Amino acid sequence: MPKSLFEKIWDTHIVKTITDGPAIFYIDKHFIHEVTSPQAFKGLEQRGLGVFRPKQVVATADHNVPTLNQHLPIKEELSRVQVDTLQRNCAKFGIELYGLGHPYQGIVHVIGPELGITQPGMTIVCGDSHTSTHGAFGTIAFGIGTSEVEMVLATQCLMQNKPKLMRINVEGTLNKGVVSKDIILYIISKISASGATGFAVEYAGSAIRALSMEARMTICNMSIEMGARCGIIAPDEITFQYIQGKKFAPQGADWDSALTHWKTLFTDADATFDQELDIDASAIEPMITYGTNPGMGIGISGHVPGLQQIEEKEKPSFEKSLHYMGLEPGSEIKGKKVDYVFIGSCTNSRIEDLRLVASFVKGKQKAAEVQVWIVPGSKQVEQQAKAEGIDRIFADAGFLLRQPGCSACLGMNEDKIPAGKYCISTSNRNFEGRQGPSARTFLASPLTAAAAAITGRVSDVRELM
Amino acid sequence: MKAITTITSTAVPLDEENVDMDQIIPARFLKATSRDGFGKNLFRDWRYENDNESLPRKDFVLNDPKFHGRILVAAKNFGCGSSREHAAWALKDYGFDVVISSFFADIFKNNALNNFLLPVTVSESFLSEIFKAIELAPSTTLTVDLASQTITLNKIKQPAATEIFDINHYKKTCLLNGYDDIDYLLSMKDEIAAFENKSNMHARTI
Repeated sequence: MPKSLFEKIWDTHIVKTITDGPAIFYIDKHFIHEVTSPQAFKGLEQRGLGVFRPKQVVATADHNVPTLNQHLPIKEELSRVQVDTLQRNCAKFGIELYGLGHPYQGIVHVIGPELGITQPGMTIVCGDSHTSTHGAFGTIAFGIGTSEVEMVLATQCLMQNKPKLMRINVEGTLNKGVVSKDIILYIISKISASGATGFAVEYAGSAIRALSMEARMTICNMSIEMGARCGIIAPDEITFQYIQGKKFAPQGADWDSALTHWKTLFTDADATFDQELDIDASAIEPMITYGTNPGMGIGISGHVPGLQQIEEKEKPSFEKSLHYMGLEPGSEIKGKKVDYVFIGSCTNSRIEDLRLVASFVKGKQKAAEVQVWIVPGSKQVEQQAKAEGIDRIFADAGFLLRQPGCSACLGMNEDKIPAGKYCISTSNRNFEGRQGPSARTFLASPLTAAAAAITGRVSDVRELM
Repeated sequence: MKAITTITSTAVPLDEENVDMDQIIPARFLKATSRDGFGKNLFRDWRYENDNESLPRKDFVLNDPKFHGRILVAAKNFGCGSSREHAAWALKDYGFDVVISSFFADIFKNNALNNFLLPVTVSESFLSEIFKAIELAPSTTLTVDLASQTITLNKIKQPAATEIFDINHYKKTCLLNGYDDIDYLLSMKDEIAAFENKSNMHARTI
């Protein structure tokens, strides 16, 4: 029987299926971080349990770490306790930790791939919804809650119901100034913030195949923003080349046998999906969000929808959202003043993102009144940026290159956008208060964010290239 | 955990779609290392002006003395966004045992079930009937009976309306008996180890 890529991986990870119930689903790799793991370890201790397979768990500190002066003790007590607790738990339970100060430290969804830990065919979980990022390598990867973190620590398994399957085919060539972030913001704007709930989504088509691994990660990363359990892309030569030579990539004969397996990981020609969606890549322009969920996105040359375009039932939440954002229905988005620019997060903080921004801003100066924060995804990204002189380009432009962490994506540490201020952000969520109480977020690509950094306004990067 | 059986209570109507995890519990309150005490920060930024507990926002339903109870009723796509289980802990700690919506986000639903906070999915039409009845008479109660998988709107001076809700058999048994997934998984450890030997996955060699 023909199978989809998702099914091929799913079927080989089922320990047992319960009649009229979920399956016992085996997890190959488990990433943990300081925020969603302490209560899970506490649960293990209360039950007198150890970690079942500590070598399959990798830890880092990212959500709640400062992004300046990381060599100093963390000032805020609760944050310090949380990071120390992770360190203590990892030492006690025998888990490898890439904590603050470690050359591999960084955002969990950046370091997994860059270390070669993320490999095709795996099942991967983490107590973080953006675990879907790892699906770019042809893995089943999804976010879980803390009780589930405890289950995986204790048994390396989860109880899972098989999701429905959706395929999104993106065909054609991207226009100038349009990057993978625009593809995924466009898709979410079409199917809404809940349009893929209950589905595993495979991204296919010539426009996806043409993307680099880092660009594919950006797409899979935001699968959760339309409600999907996970996003997945079939591995190919681009994937294999990316992995080869990475720190934990298989070597020698192991590489050969891994490669043989990985090459079987694709959707069979006659496999069926519960839902399919076709997207024309050439119809996509640089995207930006205007509202308070990631489905509220438009092309940069477009207008905020007018009230007459909104269904009666949806009007109260639409108006509440625009009120929060300080925007008028039907107004033009371009030209809107921006106070902060945040380039970072597990969506867009990789070296290619920083290179793209650097190539655009080289020789330019940021607008005087704008604050620009660049937060690399990991220590390795930071080092690479310095080795390539990207740090100097940023310094010359007036941008502040900070240290790795989740930072202003979720405003859990001190990197918050002040109330009422506008931030154009390469992160993944524009929810109310996400970047700080009453902060206002425009989601966009690194290129569109860079354009705003230079002009101080929401701008069409195509006019500046 | 304490088993769930039948719950009859008044309800709090939160007629908002796409209520995301950052509203239920903002990230800055995720710094605790225990599961306790999150209720006081539930819907923090919708509850208070300028993060100030002495400035409750009058237009927010949790601050409206008319409404109280163990059941929260919300519009579709409740719990979207983050995977933070702190949201389920906050709802439970505040005093909710049931959340009713026409549609729940995936991860939230699992987190809720793992904390014996029952997510009840109802039809759009039943949901709007519930909202209307509560708005009209805040003393209206709802009865959620897990064994029969029924939710009943006990309207005042009108016939009650009932709908059947879905829950898989395994999870229902767990909730009715106070078992959690981890108990079950621990009982399967031998089978899990046998699966590992049989499958010989490269992943474990890294």
